[in-house]
Amino acid sequence: MRWLIYLSFLMLAVGGIYGVLQGLDKMGVDLYRYLPDPLYRYYLGLTVHGVTLGWLFTTYFIIAFLNLAVIHGLRRPLRSPALATATFILAVAGGFTALVPTFTNESSVLWTFYAPLQAHPAFYVGLTFVVVATWTAGINAYLTWRGWKREHSGERTPLMSFGALTTWAMWAISSLGVAASMLFQLIPWSAGLIERVNPLLTRSLFWFTGHPVVYFWLLPAYISWYTMLPAQVGGRLFSESLARLVFLSFIPLSVPTGFHHMFPDPGVSQSVKLLHAILTFAVVFPSLVTAFTVVASVEVGARRNGGRGLFGWLLALPWLTNPAVAGQLLGMVLFATGGITGIINASYGMNLVVHNTLWIPGHLHTQVAGAVALTWMATSFWLVPLLSGRALWRPKLAIWQVWLWFFGMAIMARGMHWMGIAGVPRRVHLTYAPYAVFEEWRMAGWLVGGGSLLMLISGALFLLIMVMTARFSKAPAEVEVPEAKPLHPVDRMPLVLDRVTPWVVVTLVLVAIAWVPSLYQIATAHPYVNGWRLW
Amino acid sequence: MASDIDRYELIWIYLCVAVLLGLFGILLYSAFGLGIHVETDVGQIHPTQVATTAPFDQPGLRQVGPDRYEAVIVARAWVFDPAEIRVPAGSTVTFKLTSLDVIHGFKVPRTGINRMIIPGQIAEVTHRFDEPGTYPYICHEYCGSGHHIMNGGIVVEPR
Repeated sequence: MRWLIYLSFLMLAVGGIYGVLQGLDKMGVDLYRYLPDPLYRYYLGLTVHGVTLGWLFTTYFIIAFLNLAVIHGLRRPLRSPALATATFILAVAGGFTALVPTFTNESSVLWTFYAPLQAHPAFYVGLTFVVVATWTAGINAYLTWRGWKREHSGERTPLMSFGALTTWAMWAISSLGVAASMLFQLIPWSAGLIERVNPLLTRSLFWFTGHPVVYFWLLPAYISWYTMLPAQVGGRLFSESLARLVFLSFIPLSVPTGFHHMFPDPGVSQSVKLLHAILTFAVVFPSLVTAFTVVASVEVGARRNGGRGLFGWLLALPWLTNPAVAGQLLGMVLFATGGITGIINASYGMNLVVHNTLWIPGHLHTQVAGAVALTWMATSFWLVPLLSGRALWRPKLAIWQVWLWFFGMAIMARGMHWMGIAGVPRRVHLTYAPYAVFEEWRMAGWLVGGGSLLMLISGALFLLIMVMTARFSKAPAEVEVPEAKPLHPVDRMPLVLDRVTPWVVVTLVLVAIAWVPSLYQIATAHPYVNGWRLW
Repeated sequence: MASDIDRYELIWIYLCVAVLLGLFGILLYSAFGLGIHVETDVGQIHPTQVATTAPFDQPGLRQVGPDRYEAVIVARAWVFDPAEIRVPAGSTVTFKLTSLDVIHGFKVPRTGINRMIIPGQIAEVTHRFDEPGTYPYICHEYCGSGHHIMNGGIVVEPR
């Protein structure tokens, strides 16, 4: 578990470096020319950025954190050490297998690897191993729960573990899209076993997974906000039943939404896209419930610590004293802004204003690089001490670090949204684009570049704090896994809020309605084409 | 279960549902009342057939009626063919787009024109250009090392 977390930090560092180069590119500053061949290539760097951060940093941390949530919540070790070892090997070997051909410029296909751009087969195989690692981890979690259930029949599953198990269930279904694309198209095609693939099909299957993957990233943060943060501020979980409802509702609501990433795509009908738009509005709902429940839980703690007034209690929270809390609160602020931009993106016709402009990275960075990353950094401030046995090194510096990340992210995102509205495309080496009008974009470009530099400093500080904590800091650490108690303990929970199966059934029905007709039509009636290597 | 929920939280939930439904209602109005739609399934054409199938065998601008034009654009790494379209102000142009190789994008800033160009698929979008000026069209989907130079322009001439 410890090594997965350290590797996730390594991925954060590698991806982050290219992130700064990209940020500066939006100001018309090109630092790529100082890199050796082939690392100076913009799209190689962008692929490294997306893969290390969006596939590896995320997945590695999530596997480790969900393992912790299962182990601590159920008070028992993982059922299968062999499966745990297999998970680790698959995840790490997969990551490196995908990265090697990326660094040699054989797989500059970006995080989304849309066909018919064709990467080296090791790229696809590596990422598939990483997905398989999530499956073995999920199976291990389920087996652990089953062992617990035999000894505790009649008891409801502790919320911390329940959150982890629902996350695995949601991911198990979501990952099927990209897995099918990999196994039946991309891997055999890149290996030369089949000649043609269907670009619209692979793109659709990607987004089958590509939307719910953001909830795969988010739900572990929700586990912390619901089941750990209230304890960290001396509060209580405001409503356990609503927390359960939120986790469970993500299972059916996160998957049948992916076509909102494809509103401007030909080959997919307006009526299916309208259906996905409705369902996307629906998946906003559990996050809105979360906003109330989590803030109310935190308010309980603030008022217990002397907070007074309608809003004055907010000042009684340890914004400047407890980095493990401050990071999460700051993450929530960023998350709220991204919820709004997300609704804009989902709004059918309005999507055409922002699709594939820099607005979209603006949105996704506030959410995953803002809310989720900040929450995981905050979590690391107690988790790494717990795992290494050494106390957090320089907590005051950690406070500066999370605030710096928050401001850097807010500033950068502001710039990205602004440039997106001005029509600046995403995924572009802007410095050399003949249509670039930096005179018009000057202020916005400075926000993007400046914000990314603040994040570079913050990221470096975070890594420094982690290295010092893990290796050189004072032992022993006096750390426990924070675990929140409910405000009003409930003796019995309605069964539907303690069972995953009915929700999975609903999910499969929704997937059948929202995806299968389109996927079938595309797979059987739409063209299959050859591959291209254009980098 | 509603009785177990805190009163304020219940109000919040009703409010959120109302806001989401309201926003969605506005969205439906924009689509069916104002006719603002996203791309739909226009048809398919295999990249190997593009050079021999109308209208893509002759990319370019044609007039199809008073103030009405059809612009057939074939995308490939890293050019749009044609790279320039000239129309008088007040023209309504229907763009028909396809790709010879990989996925490209088509975006015209300051208009609602935003489409993905996918090999095997036909994309279509119509826009009326009232104001004279130059409207660049930009590829906004990664298509290889020359992605950032891939662009064209619509020149709208004063009447």
